[in-house]
Amino acid sequence: MTQLLQLFANPLVYLLVALIAILTFIALNGLILVYVERKVAGFIQRRPGPFEVGPHGLLQPLADALKLVGKQLVVPRDADRILFWAAPLLSFAPVAVCLLPIPFGPHLVGLNVNLGVLLVLAFSGLNVLALCLAGWGSNNKYALLGAARAVAQSVAYEIPLLLSVLCVAFTSGSLNFAEITASQTHGLLSWNVFTQPVAFLIFFVSALAETNRAPFDLPEAESELTAGFHTEYSGMGFGLFFLAEYSYMIVVCAVASVLFLGGWSGPFLSGHWWMLGKIYALILAMMWFRWTYPRVRFDQLLNLCWKWLIPLSLINLMATALIINLVR
Amino acid sequence: MLDKPSFSLNGDYYSSRFSQLGKGEGDTLVLNLGPQHPSTHGVLRVIVELDGEYVLRAEPVLGYIHRMHEKMAEVKTYIQYLPNMGRVDYLHALAWNWAYVGAVEKLMGLEVPARAEYIRVITCELNRICSHLLWWGAYVLDLGGFTPILYAFDDREILMDILQIPTGSRLTYCYYRFGGVSADLTETFLTQTRNFIERFKTRIPMYHDLVTGNMILRGRCEDIGALPVEMARRYGATGPVLRGSGVAYDVRRFEPYSVYDKFDFDIPVGKNGDAMDRYDVRMAEMEQSVRIIEQALNSMPDGPFVNPDVPDRILPPAGETYFAVEGARGKIGVYLVSDGTAKPYRLKLRAPGYSNLHVFAELAQGTILADAVSILGSLDLVIPEIDR
Repeated sequence: MTQLLQLFANPLVYLLVALIAILTFIALNGLILVYVERKVAGFIQRRPGPFEVGPHGLLQPLADALKLVGKQLVVPRDADRILFWAAPLLSFAPVAVCLLPIPFGPHLVGLNVNLGVLLVLAFSGLNVLALCLAGWGSNNKYALLGAARAVAQSVAYEIPLLLSVLCVAFTSGSLNFAEITASQTHGLLSWNVFTQPVAFLIFFVSALAETNRAPFDLPEAESELTAGFHTEYSGMGFGLFFLAEYSYMIVVCAVASVLFLGGWSGPFLSGHWWMLGKIYALILAMMWFRWTYPRVRFDQLLNLCWKWLIPLSLINLMATALIINLVR
Repeated sequence: MLDKPSFSLNGDYYSSRFSQLGKGEGDTLVLNLGPQHPSTHGVLRVIVELDGEYVLRAEPVLGYIHRMHEKMAEVKTYIQYLPNMGRVDYLHALAWNWAYVGAVEKLMGLEVPARAEYIRVITCELNRICSHLLWWGAYVLDLGGFTPILYAFDDREILMDILQIPTGSRLTYCYYRFGGVSADLTETFLTQTRNFIERFKTRIPMYHDLVTGNMILRGRCEDIGALPVEMARRYGATGPVLRGSGVAYDVRRFEPYSVYDKFDFDIPVGKNGDAMDRYDVRMAEMEQSVRIIEQALNSMPDGPFVNPDVPDRILPPAGETYFAVEGARGKIGVYLVSDGTAKPYRLKLRAPGYSNLHVFAELAQGTILADAVSILGSLDLVIPEIDR
């Protein structure tokens, strides 16, 4: 037994176990979130949602997953085969790394590094590359337009996202997720959402845009671009993009709850329950937006970013820096 | 031989003859929207030339659901042709029913009993609400809002249940007959219609609350696709598309047919002719339809629902006539030429969507692709009606 525990003390083994745990978590969440999304959509649209497969349609995501796995993989003629298949893999792979440094409990963390925030932001940036490759590799005009939109959108929204994260880094004086959480454990009012409400708003709006969720789902705008960058993908190619989208939702919601909502801190329950509760609350808010709002136009989306969010986050950042300087 | 594609890589007849405005090779992108595309609502095909996201040129290609309705009229007797009319525009089938039946009645000089006229008004207006509801849902769907269409279907479902009582069908009605209608309105129909109207009066404010005031929606509609009156006239646009531009032209008021002159109703008009105005006009028209139905229900006369003197064989005298009604999409015109035999010599159907669609080509120029989709949706096109 002690030998087994010593094995876990080996950082490589620990990392491997953490990665496997995270992948399991993501896969399970993919199934659950698909079900939850459809049920939430059903609730908002006053219909029961999936109801046929299993009790209350509980097995529906499983049936969907089986269907996706069973589909033929089609590569369009004249498409760039390597890029075409690299894109969905590249879209999904970084997710596991993104969840690694996030503390799900006081001791439940895959990789406690000092630059955790940076690690997550850097790896989530890879997603844009995947969308770009998908658009280019499919040899499809709709996909190309979708990819062009994805790049413009992600590049624009990364700036306010970073600036709002910087505000939190300023106030807590660290880029380590564990330390940021620890700085918010002194009761409800020590949560960054109360000390940095503007940064939280900017972060959440940018996160919506980064994850291509409605009302900012322009890269896959159905009514204009049929399915945008993943028009040509069938079967698991589409499935991976789909899984990646839901996984990024978890990532940004986890980051948001650590940075702004106190992470695992909370009374009565164990830390990981609080963390999961906060993540799912944010995800539910994202689903709520998706099913109630129309889609914004592309130039409106960029205007919102360049004319409002970036100046606002800059002002917020400078104000934060000023206040911190004065207090010290 | 197998590795050679059996179709031309340069596109089909239309796309290979599409004259690009872009100067050099690869300067612009020619994109086929449709015939299968989520926002063309059916089998409309639009070839657009894009410079980035900007539409340089848009050209609708028609004919994918051309069913020769006009030719069919020449080989069928007058009664045999009646069911065709429910299939030209499946969303406002009763208006087409009315246009055809009205033309034959006009040519034959048939009297329509007062009760039948009232029944026609009530059912036609209910059908108009049906059509506008579907448009409302589908338009917001075009703009990316998925939920409203299901709220619209909530109401539309009740309406279709109501209309099913006298007509026997839910979508492609064939209800009007020469000299009346095929069945009288029952007590159930009348009470259900009254209940629906009470319910619908609370639903329209809810629609406005949920959707019309939404900032994103207004951003997608206001100042998008402003249609000047002069352009609307040039293309022969009618219906809400024309009224959105501020011209209060409504066939029900300006060429009154049936008993529409007995009812008190407004003609909602817009100001700038943009997509938001067309939206507002249609929303207001639903309220006006409710007003008309209420008045008709309260003043409905007794009597026969069909003229008992209609001959068994419909043999209009030789001659020609034109009869127009106001459909949900605009002026529906039927031009009928008879040579005195049992079959029409020639039947010309004027579909309002056909004229309204061609406004799109000019309006879409210079807009962003997303706006072009918004404009296309705001025109409320029903492709089977355009192709006929």
